[in-house]
Amino acid sequence: MRRVALPEIGTFEAWRAAARDLLAEGVPPEQVLWHRGAAEADLFAVAGDPEQALSGDHFGGTPVPPAKAVTVPKGFVQLARMVVWHRDPERFARLYALLWALRDSRGLLEDRGDPRVDRLNRMAKEVGRDKHKMTAFVRFRDLGHDGPRRRFAAWFEPTHLILEPTAPFFEKRFGDMDWSIFTPDLTAHFVDGQTRFEPAVARPDLPQDAAEELWRTYFRNIFNPARLKVKAMQAEMPRKYWRNMPEAELIPELIATAQSRARAMAEAAPTLAPARAARIGARLRAPEAAEVPQGLDALKAGLAGCRRCPLWENATQPVPGEGPLDAPLMIVGEQPGDHEDLAGRPFVGPAGQLFDVVAARAGLRRDRAFVTNAVKHFKFTPRGKRRLHQAPNGGEIRHCRWWLDLEREMVKPRLILAMGATALESLTGDRRDLMKRRGRLEAAEDGTPVLITMHPSYLLRLPPSERPQAEAAFEADLRQAAGIIAAAA
Amino acid sequence: MGKKSLDQKLAILSDAAKYDASCASSGGQRRDSRDGKGIGSVTGSGICHAYAPDGRCISLLKILMTNFCIYDCAYCVNRVSSNVERARFSPEEVVELTLEFYRRNYIEGLFLSSGIIRSPDDTMADMVRIARLLRQEHGFRGYIHLKTIPNAAPELIEAAGLYADRLSINVELPTDKAVADYAPEKSPERIRRAMADVRLLKEARKEKSFTGKRPPRFAPAGQSTQMIVGADGAQDTTILRSSTRLYSSYRLKRVYYSAFSPIPDSSAALPLVKPPLMREHRLYQADWLLRFYGFDVEEIAAAAPTGNLDLAVDPKLAWALANRHLFPLDVNRAEREMLLRIPGVGVRSVNRILATRRHRTLRYEDLVRIGANMKQARPFLTALDWHPRALTDSADLRARFAPPPEQLQLI
Repeated sequence: MRRVALPEIGTFEAWRAAARDLLAEGVPPEQVLWHRGAAEADLFAVAGDPEQALSGDHFGGTPVPPAKAVTVPKGFVQLARMVVWHRDPERFARLYALLWALRDSRGLLEDRGDPRVDRLNRMAKEVGRDKHKMTAFVRFRDLGHDGPRRRFAAWFEPTHLILEPTAPFFEKRFGDMDWSIFTPDLTAHFVDGQTRFEPAVARPDLPQDAAEELWRTYFRNIFNPARLKVKAMQAEMPRKYWRNMPEAELIPELIATAQSRARAMAEAAPTLAPARAARIGARLRAPEAAEVPQGLDALKAGLAGCRRCPLWENATQPVPGEGPLDAPLMIVGEQPGDHEDLAGRPFVGPAGQLFDVVAARAGLRRDRAFVTNAVKHFKFTPRGKRRLHQAPNGGEIRHCRWWLDLEREMVKPRLILAMGATALESLTGDRRDLMKRRGRLEAAEDGTPVLITMHPSYLLRLPPSERPQAEAAFEADLRQAAGIIAAAA
Repeated sequence: MGKKSLDQKLAILSDAAKYDASCASSGGQRRDSRDGKGIGSVTGSGICHAYAPDGRCISLLKILMTNFCIYDCAYCVNRVSSNVERARFSPEEVVELTLEFYRRNYIEGLFLSSGIIRSPDDTMADMVRIARLLRQEHGFRGYIHLKTIPNAAPELIEAAGLYADRLSINVELPTDKAVADYAPEKSPERIRRAMADVRLLKEARKEKSFTGKRPPRFAPAGQSTQMIVGADGAQDTTILRSSTRLYSSYRLKRVYYSAFSPIPDSSAALPLVKPPLMREHRLYQADWLLRFYGFDVEEIAAAAPTGNLDLAVDPKLAWALANRHLFPLDVNRAEREMLLRIPGVGVRSVNRILATRRHRTLRYEDLVRIGANMKQARPFLTALDWHPRALTDSADLRARFAPPPEQLQLI
């Protein structure tokens, strides 16, 4: 029988080294006795140094020929890193037994139905939870300071042996102060950026801290007596932690008075508003400078309140056209997309960016054109974190034509560039045969010439092989538009 | 009126803040103070440092800068027409409270909100100043959540996002009509535009500049919002559709549902009710189904023909009961999407089922060990040694899960 004594500080590393050696030697789990700490070691009367205790010579018996080097799944090391801090005395043996079993069935760790794996995972979970609760429920008290760094200390009683593996959390969080955490098993001192572990001492008498009273004030007042859920509280903050938390002493009283406090709120008669309420209300409701919006501003204001179709309900905002009101060219797209809806401006998303690139090549200046859409609100279906574009239907296009007509009357363009079937339908009443009519000039109802082309988002959806040809056609159309404008000027 | 002590102000301004449900400190950019030059860390997963007897997590110091407010929202404890006691912190007081609480490990950081004083810009500027003081003067690396004021200037929102981990703007109520009725000074359009701005600012800062440098991150823990449930007449399906729209439009990290809860000195316009806590709970469950279980809001709506979620059984179970023709599912063969639909089987259990399935055929006992709630799952699945037989289609299946009727109680 092998006896392995593990130290109280650095237990995990020692266990790993020992387990590695034992496994390499091929020592089966039933021949190993594990224990941790000086007390246990004395009990078993084994030399304190684990290194020594591990080498086969010291134990007599027949040395087993070393097995070939073993690798373990990464998940096992993670598991062991937690389980070694559990208080269950069988933890080391159980870990080694699983390690032994992993030699023959590599996938065992993934088998969540296996009782051995299940037991260790449960232990790891218990340790993980205890560690988490320690990061949550340690309460420091102020010890003042002698040097530039402030000093704090806490007494904490964890369920498992977790001070050592949890100390890095406190090192990272409280880097600019010195602190000590005392537990019944071990003490940690963090001084000038270095952690030192020392044997446990009796619970120290920490000085009173005035901040605790403020904290209790906060705890008392953040509690909503109308929502009493004592079980939910206790599930997350078990009673065993309460005795070291300054706020916990308030809990019985808060629970006892909750119902009467909630009832008092419900039964209180409404009061008269304070005098300042009327004054402030009057100031807020006073109309600002009574300026009636004109031109494009009036159109924007009207558009913001548009309820002609239900598309406004899901959109962020309507997207009005933009550009000079004396622009010779009006460019009409389909509807705002995801980005346009957020920004409140037309053609700023991917399709707009593609348009800008091709327009620059075609010599068409966007800043000299009035750019707008046939439909002013974004129509979409939500899919998780995305919004899927949906083409507007005939009714929506018809309702929104009212706004497009207003923009057209305001700008009075010499030419309209209709991009895509929706713009085509809105301007000519007929959306069919877009690709056949592409590059042609038709007339809007008021006679304004309409040059027909595809929508740039169509180009974005094409497979790479077809894209260059289509993009060239689009560029040709934009060039034609630029030519018509230049000729008329 | 004498000058109030810090303790008195804290009492008033935390009492005024408690109706905001959000207290999360998760997400955020990982950072720490191991270098000894500052204080605080963000680990990525939040920590609840205490729980109040209302079962809510206390993670952040959740306070208002001031509870003076010029708005008159009927549901709000701080509305201008209320006679609650008023107070105001100085920025230095907020900073001191945050740091001293933080050093004693009481909190993960600060969640700062405010009533609107003078103007939205003035209020927002003061809040940004507090965040800047914490970050720049005191090297605070803990979590900061700022409630943004919808009408504040874009520069202020931008500055807020540089200091804060999370920004939030409350949509307050599920429909535009309800906002118009109960929060007359607030504009749903402005609130939506503010959320759109936050998403755009966040996305703009994700792209590297031409020098390959990454700009400082904007609100790394994203944005969230809150809706009050039970103050207006909106149905659960309306609420969930509204959330779906918010998640997809503004990439919100969370929509919080806050059961309308009695407040001191309530408004005559909005009579108090017992807070609909179970309804709130069901909404959160449905919200989870939407975000992590691949449910479409219309599927949940179809299983809730009254327009409200079944209070007696959870929405996943309600959906399964309404779609029994799809069950029982064979846990050894069903695809991930369908496994996620089995009541009592969560995302983690599904992952474990899939991992274990690669090695062997699952039995009933395996599912217990994996952590499935078999009491609920049993009628809806088959395993190597388990078949529910007629149980799946039994007429009283719902009654087996629903709690026995309870006598109504007065609050």
